[in-house]
Amino acid sequence: MADHQAIFKALAEPSRCQIVEHLSREPLTVRQLTDRLPIGQSAVSQHLEVLRKAELVRFEPRGASNVYRIDPRGLGAVRAWLDRYWDEALGNYARLLEDGEDDDGT
Amino acid sequence: MMELEIRPAPLRKTLLVPASRQKAFAVFAGRMHEWSPAVQSLLGGRRDIVIEGRPGGRWYEISADGAEADWGRVLAWEPPHRLLLAWQLDADFQYDPGLVTEVEVRFFEEEPRRTRIEFEHRHLERFGARAAEVAASLDGEGGWSGSFALYAALLGKEQEARHAAG
Repeated sequence: MADHQAIFKALAEPSRCQIVEHLSREPLTVRQLTDRLPIGQSAVSQHLEVLRKAELVRFEPRGASNVYRIDPRGLGAVRAWLDRYWDEALGNYARLLEDGEDDDGT
Repeated sequence: MMELEIRPAPLRKTLLVPASRQKAFAVFAGRMHEWSPAVQSLLGGRRDIVIEGRPGGRWYEISADGAEADWGRVLAWEPPHRLLLAWQLDADFQYDPGLVTEVEVRFFEEEPRRTRIEFEHRHLERFGARAAEVAASLDGEGGWSGSFALYAALLGKEQEARHAAG
């Protein structure tokens, strides 16, 4: 699955690994992350965007800046895949039961 | 080292069906080949999906030519209240004996012919932990190992997945 790969790709870059490590200890703003890393603020922002798309981090506004933290949903792609599978399967299942068969209790 | 417990939320679904609990359970466990999406066949040309009605029973599909492919196994068989299955298919729909996630289905009688079903697919973090293990074993010392190891640590459940595999 392409999306599954995206998670690993997101973590294959050393700076993004470091960002995840920092955020695993405490939520941080872009500026705070930049202070802790040997890369510039725009690079940090770009890495955060990749991590956010892979659903590894998320952010919420606090004052004028965004605070980033680890996204506990994690594994977004795998979850989405299973969600699609079970939605379709359980939909079929419910329709089968609705299709006017006698409910003989067996 | 990192001490992390970040776990993806389980998939949860609730549905109401116009059938008794007995019927709802029987159709879920006994006629999965009629409701599981056909595209997910492991073998191509699926004839049946079997959930053996006992704890420890197999959960597998049978192709048109009689070949069998495992999906997992039965962990708890409590008709008509509850079914607990081990889902052991990875994200490429391949059976992996080292991967154990859980599908729990509970049936509640709302009215005599109306059943509420509470569905949960959980321990999704094991997909990540297992992927990391497999990747690490294939990878050796490349640049990927570090990120996979980090990912496994992030998901915090490598030990548990390994234990479940044993």
